[in-house]
Formats: sequence, C-alpha cells, structure tokens
Amino acid sequence: MSTVKLTVNGKAVSVDVEDRTLLVHLLRENLNLTGTHVGCDTSQCGACVVHIDGRAVKSCTVLAGQAAGSNVTTIEGISKGDELHPMQAAFRDNHGLQCGYCTPGMIMSAIDIVQRYGGELDEATVRHELEGNICRCTGYHNIVKAVLDAAGRMKVAQAAE
Amino acid sequence: MGIEGIGASVVRKEDRRFITGKGRYVDDIKLVGMTYAQFIRSPHAHAKVKSIDSSEALKKPGVIAVLTGQELVDDKIGNLICGWAITSKDGSPMKMGAWPAMAPEIVRFVGQAVAVVIAETKNQARDAAEAVVVDYEELPAVPDIKAAIKPGAPQLHPEAPGNVVYDWHLGDEAAVKDAFSKAANVVTLDLTNNRLVPNAMEPRSAVADYDAAEEHFTLYTTSQNPHVARLVLSAFYNIAPEHKLRVIAPDVGGGFGSKIYIYPEEMVALWASKKVGRPVKWTGDRTEAFLTDAHGRDHVSKAELAFDKDNKILGLRVKTHANFGAYMSLFSAAVPTYLYATLLSGQYVIPAIYAEVIGVYTNTTPVDAYRGAGRPEASYLIERMMETAARQLKVDPTELRKKNFITQFPYQTPVIMAYDTGDFHASIDAAMKAIDYAGFPARKAKAKADGKLRGIGVSCYIEACGIAPSKAVGSLGAGVGLWESAEVRVNPVGTIEILTGSHSHGQGHETTFCQIIAERLGVPISQVSIVHGDTDKVQFGMGTYGSRSIAVGGAAIVKAMEKVESKAKKIAAHALEASENDIVIENGEFKVTGTDKSIALPMVALAAYTAHNLPDGMEPGLKETAFYDPTNFTFPAGAYICELEVDPTTGKTSFVNFVAADDFGRLINPMIVAGQVHGGLAQGIGQALLEGAVYDSNGQPVTASFMDYTMPRADDLPSFQISHTTTLCPGNPLGVKGCGEAGAIGASAAVINAITDAIGNNKLEMPATPDRVWHTIHG
Repeated sequence: MSTVKLTVNGKAVSVDVEDRTLLVHLLRENLNLTGTHVGCDTSQCGACVVHIDGRAVKSCTVLAGQAAGSNVTTIEGISKGDELHPMQAAFRDNHGLQCGYCTPGMIMSAIDIVQRYGGELDEATVRHELEGNICRCTGYHNIVKAVLDAAGRMKVAQAAE
Repeated sequence: MGIEGIGASVVRKEDRRFITGKGRYVDDIKLVGMTYAQFIRSPHAHAKVKSIDSSEALKKPGVIAVLTGQELVDDKIGNLICGWAITSKDGSPMKMGAWPAMAPEIVRFVGQAVAVVIAETKNQARDAAEAVVVDYEELPAVPDIKAAIKPGAPQLHPEAPGNVVYDWHLGDEAAVKDAFSKAANVVTLDLTNNRLVPNAMEPRSAVADYDAAEEHFTLYTTSQNPHVARLVLSAFYNIAPEHKLRVIAPDVGGGFGSKIYIYPEEMVALWASKKVGRPVKWTGDRTEAFLTDAHGRDHVSKAELAFDKDNKILGLRVKTHANFGAYMSLFSAAVPTYLYATLLSGQYVIPAIYAEVIGVYTNTTPVDAYRGAGRPEASYLIERMMETAARQLKVDPTELRKKNFITQFPYQTPVIMAYDTGDFHASIDAAMKAIDYAGFPARKAKAKADGKLRGIGVSCYIEACGIAPSKAVGSLGAGVGLWESAEVRVNPVGTIEILTGSHSHGQGHETTFCQIIAERLGVPISQVSIVHGDTDKVQFGMGTYGSRSIAVGGAAIVKAMEKVESKAKKIAAHALEASENDIVIENGEFKVTGTDKSIALPMVALAAYTAHNLPDGMEPGLKETAFYDPTNFTFPAGAYICELEVDPTTGKTSFVNFVAADDFGRLINPMIVAGQVHGGLAQGIGQALLEGAVYDSNGQPVTASFMDYTMPRADDLPSFQISHTTTLCPGNPLGVKGCGEAGAIGASAAVINAITDAIGNNKLEMPATPDRVWHTIHG
C-alpha cells in the first residue's frame, strides 16, 4: 500500500491504494468519480480518458502512483457549475452520444484535440485524432460534427476571455 | 407538430447526465458489504473437467468462497434455456444439449465458466482465481461449420447426433424446382456471413443482493429486457419466485442484442449472494465479453436465383448452415429461421422461394441475435445475388432491381411475410440522385487515370421489425408474447409519468416517448418523465430489441394515452358543463370547441384526485394502462449506395460517398433517427471491411481483445449522406416502422457490391480486408 497525493478536479486528495492500482480505479473506486469508464483491458477504447496536467491520458494505462503530484481533471470537473463546457454542449446539441458510455472519454479527448490544434480543425484531422476512442453507437458521424462545432465555440470563448 | 411534438429534432433529455459523468451504470453501483466475483474459465474449447482444487485459493487473503458447477446442480439451479422451439423438416423437435451456468463435467467453448471465487475485493478475487487448479482432459474440438458436419466429427452433445440442432425448411420446394426448369438464366453464389462480436462499449455487469429476512433478491444488471430476465430467472432457473426478485437495468451502455440474454454470470451472482449472505458484484472485462457475450451471424450459404428471358425473377433456392456455437442461447433458434428465411424475398417479386437451414453446434461461443438478427444475413444474400445477376446478365444493377420491385401492397411473399406498405422505387431514386449515379462512369474513368479502381454498389434492403402479433409468433415456436405495455400516470398537479416495458440503452426513449405526449396534449416535454428498467416500477414488458420500441412500445403509450384522454375529457366536460364530444385538447388545455371555455390539464388532474366533483360513478385518479399487441410486423425498407476506391497496389479501400434513403414511416425525432442510421451503417460497414471473430483449428479464439478484433474507428468511416422517403405504416397508431437496425442490415452488401464492382471479381468474402482484396485482385 502507498499513499498517493494528487489534485483531482481542483481538490487536493490523499488516497491509500495498493501499488498496482491504476489511476482509473483510484478515481472510480476510491473517489467515486464514476464518470470515467473502463471499456477494455488493452488501452484501446479510450472510455477512461482524463486530463493529467492538461493532457489527455488513458487512465487505465497509468498507475495511480505515477499520477502523484499531478493535476487530474475528469469529466465531472469540466463544467462551471451549471454551465456546460462548450464540448459537452456541442455533444448534446449535435447528438454526439447515444448510450453515453464512451462519451466522457470522447469529450476529454476532444477537448485536448481542440486545444492542441488551436481550433484549426477539419474533418479528416478529427477522425484521425479520435482513433484512440471507440464508439459503438454513433458511427462517429455526429461526434465528428460535435468536435468541429465545439472547436468553433471554444475559439469564441477563448477570444471573449 | 409542436416544437417538441412528433417530427421535432428535440435534443435529448437524458444527455445532461451522460455528458457530465453522472450516468449510473451497473458497475457504478456500490452496496454496503459488497463482495466481488471472479470466474474461472475454461482455456480449452472442449474438455472434461476431471477435478477442481480450490484449497490453495481458499487460503488467499479476502477469499470468502469458491463455488463450482456441481454446487449449482446440488442446489437445483436450472440450466440455461432456449426460448424458441424450431421443428425440423422431418417433424422432429430441435435437438438440444443442456447448458449449465458453470460446467460440472464438460466444457464446450473457451471461456465457459467452471467455478467462481467470491472475495472482499476485486483484486483479491482475481488473485485467488489464479490459485484454483482445474484438471482438464482435452477432447477433440469442432471449430467451425465445416468441421461440425464432417462425417466422424467430434460430437458436442449426445442429444444432437452429427452436431445438428435442426434441419429446417421454408417455402415450396416443388415450385422452385419448376421455376428453375423454366429459367433462361441461373445465377449461383456461395456466401459466408462472417461471425461478429457485438461489443457494446459497456461490458456486462451484475450486482446481486439477497435479503435473507425477506427472502428477496435484487439484481442490477446490464439488460435490454429486465422483465424477461426476471421471468426466466424465476420460471426456469429457480432463483426465486417473481415477487421475490427485483431486476433493475439502470443506464446500460449499449446492447445491440447482446444484452437480451440471461447469462450464466447473472444467475451465479444471484445464487452466490444467497450462499455468502452478502451482495456480489461481477463486472466482465473486455476479453470476457469476447469469450462469453453471444456472437452474431456466422452463416455459410449457397444461393441460386432463376430468371426468365426478360430478366424477371422466377425463383430463389437457398441452403444455409448456421453456427450456433456450443449451446443454444435464448433466442438463437429463431434467428436463422423465422428472422432470416422469411426475409429472403427482399424487395422483389419472387414467385417461388425454398430455403433450407441446418443449425449446427461447434466448440465456440454461443451465437444469438445481434443488431438485425437474421435480416442482415437475408439482405446480404439477396443483394449480393442481385448485383451478381446484373453483372452476369449485363444489365444495370439498378434497372434489374427496378424491373423486379414489388409495387403493389399489401404483398404476400412465398415465405410467410405480408408486406403492408412501401415504395421501393422512391427510395432507390432518392439514393441514386443523392450519389449522382448517372455521373459515376465519368468518375470511374477519372479514377482509373489516377491508378485507382472505383466501384459503386447498391443494396435495397427490407426488414421486419416489432415481431408480432403474439399469437402468430407463438404458433412459430416462440416461448413468449411480443406485445408491450405502457402506463400513463397523470399526477395531481398535471405532470406526467410514462411507465414503459421498453428499455433504453442509447435509443433516446426518455426524449422520443415524451414527444408523443407533447404532441397529444401540447405540454412541454419537461413536464413528462419516462420510467423504465425496473420490475418493481413497471409491471411487465418485453424490452427493447428488433427495433420494436417505437412501433410496439410507442403504440402502447398511445393506447394508454387514449384511455387517459377519454377520462380527462369526461372530467373536463363535467367541470365546464359541456358535452364530452365537444371537448378538444390543445396546448395543455381542454377546450369546449367553438367557445372560449377551457380548463387546463393541472386542474383536470387535480379534480381527478380531489374527487370533490366528478361525474357520477367515476372512480378517482387519472392513471391508465394498456397492453398493445400489434397486428403485424412493420417493414422498414430503403436503398443504400456506396461509392469507393480500391488501391490495387495495397488492396486498401477508401470511401468516396455513402448514401442512405430509408423509409421508416413517420419519424418522431429525426435527429435521433439519423443517429440510429449512422450507428447501424457503421456496424454494417464494420462487418464488410473490418470485423470478424476468428477461431483456430482447435477452437481457440484468435480475436479476443480490441488488439485483435478490428472495431470501426472514426478514421475507418465516411460521413454519411442520409435521407428519407415515407410510406406510413398502417399497422400501428403512430404510422412508425422502427429504425434501429436498418443500417446494419443494408450496409454490408452495398460495400461488398462496390468493391466487387471496382475489382471486377464477384468472389469476395467479408471482412474485405486489404489483404483479402489484394489477393482477390492479384490471385
């Protein structure tokens, strides 16, 4: 057992976990942040994507101990109170989700994509960048639409700040 | 239509919880004192279980129990059932071997459970499972259809000689023979419909909680039909009587058929919860999903199509072998028979059809309904045949189809189905226009100049949704009725709850069903909520599969609403001192037509519950129930056209365009319908290009993770161009047909027809991987 100290969604936390514990299990089992999902055992599906120090990471591929001292943001931490993150709103408005299981990971990956490309995105780039997130419901059509829509919204939001 | 009524693309009410991480899936549930289950599974495709030694495992930290299949037998827990009985052509009933939830003696597929560890934590259960020593004696295995029917093949079940479950047929053999004897041309094709793994993104999970004081079980489970689960667990598996078992299917992360069935793990979790006196959670990992979720498709067929000299179809003869895997899953028997052969007429006038289906056992994961279930196999077969025929007869494939389209409705096919309505010319014309079919030869020539092989492929599918009526499916061997229930509760202040036996696991019922109410009453959908997925709340229902939710479940809501409205009108008429026949409902108000007198819904509801001033003899309250049993299936149909390019140097396929023109009858929420089409197309394209479950010659699954089984990714798929043509379904009060499976049914033939057009060779099987396409081009 080890004590892992990290910041999750802006709050400092200290958790005692077995050394083999993965970050996704720390989030789900110890912190009850069940929005981050597990969809595979091989780091393929991306349902577990969170941000570590601002970068999208598959939390099933990181030991909890490796995240010590870092700043982790999960799907529960991206809206400001009742105000949705532009990516969340874009997924809803474009019907970019059906069963909702892959959605948190999709949204966390998509935010990172838009941030990395500075909002200058096209369909082919979005499709290529989403390669690490699997969705079985939507055929990706509306997810791609949502990400492109959100890229515009995030640019506007950034300009306004 | 109001802004939130029928036909409005309202954004989904349920989305907020999913996009904020507040969805509540089974694995998110934690109960006080909960323990964790880890199954010990067979590494062999076929073996005798000689002994199970759990002595070391029981010494491991946190271990509470190690339970085996023999203890299930000792406790008289029933074997798994197949709920649809098929009779072979010789009149004998289908031949089934027993399927115990954990095998006490013989394992018949890799992944079959033999024991389970219950421990304090998931890691402790996993560690202990590795310490359970199972001594197996390997037996020769049957990996596929060809091996199963070979003379002298290893036998899976003594009940099924030759590994044959049934040898079934449908249609008029003599009439087909006669048709072929008169034929000017005969087209023949051997076809394989590849085995698929459903892979809903949420793995299956169960949390079972036994309350000893009340002798009552609660099961949270990833189910598409919690009431059917309770029925089967009670009536056949002896878990508990129905009133002592509550089944809850909360948010469920996709199903596609794979979550219809009641699997061994849910049964064992319930039983183990009573054994250990604590709640038990089991959540499968992805490899367990590959090994134990019911697979789909897996047909090998020979098809022959006879034409007269004018290219009119005279007859169709089909012989199909269907792989059931090692055991008969819940609805498996119906899939390659009544859900397959009955659709072989496609969109065409085919005077004579004869189909033989031989269902066989193999040492592989059980196979059952997966998105489309039988209908994709039928549609793929007839649409590959039509395209191949057009090439052989040297006519345009769209012209050959149009020449043979059914145009008069209702139309009785020679294989049971009576199509109620449709306009197949309208959908193919819409698709051809959308893709600029006329301009294709010029585009092909240009691609050729660039060194690419361009192809175009058409697929005109028809399917049957909302399997019904119950009397008819009963006569075909179904063990259940296929109606749906709805209860409409108008609360005393006018808000409304709809209780439905349908289950939403991504389909958007919480929005669509509210729109039906908004349309009828003129109230905002925010005043309406949908209750589903809990056997303690909803009395009974048949769940969601076969694109039945709107056509059957939605129609049941309409029927219950009619009763509510009738009573509410009587109350309103009484309050307004008017005739009931003069009351109309608009914008949430009950109005006396032709006057300015009205009373709002909340006041009518309040009057119903205060009961101070009701018409003489009327019972208080405003709540009604309806059980709706349709008169027929519904028949969604459409035309898909795919244009793509093949790189002859690599065999790689790239989409140029994919258009879909579907007729789903009336659309309640076009945005949600489009989403259903997109998802279905992705699965159909996945089957055509990427997906396929592979077993080696010993029955070892080679594709048991996302590393080995190619799931469609965003960059494998095009954006889709979809549109709708409309003929209203006459069989239900909404005029709806269902849209959940169409894409998966129609897409694969369009893709393969396009590739075979591009490469000029009809002999291509799915998945058409670059390797397979390259070898087909270069030999």
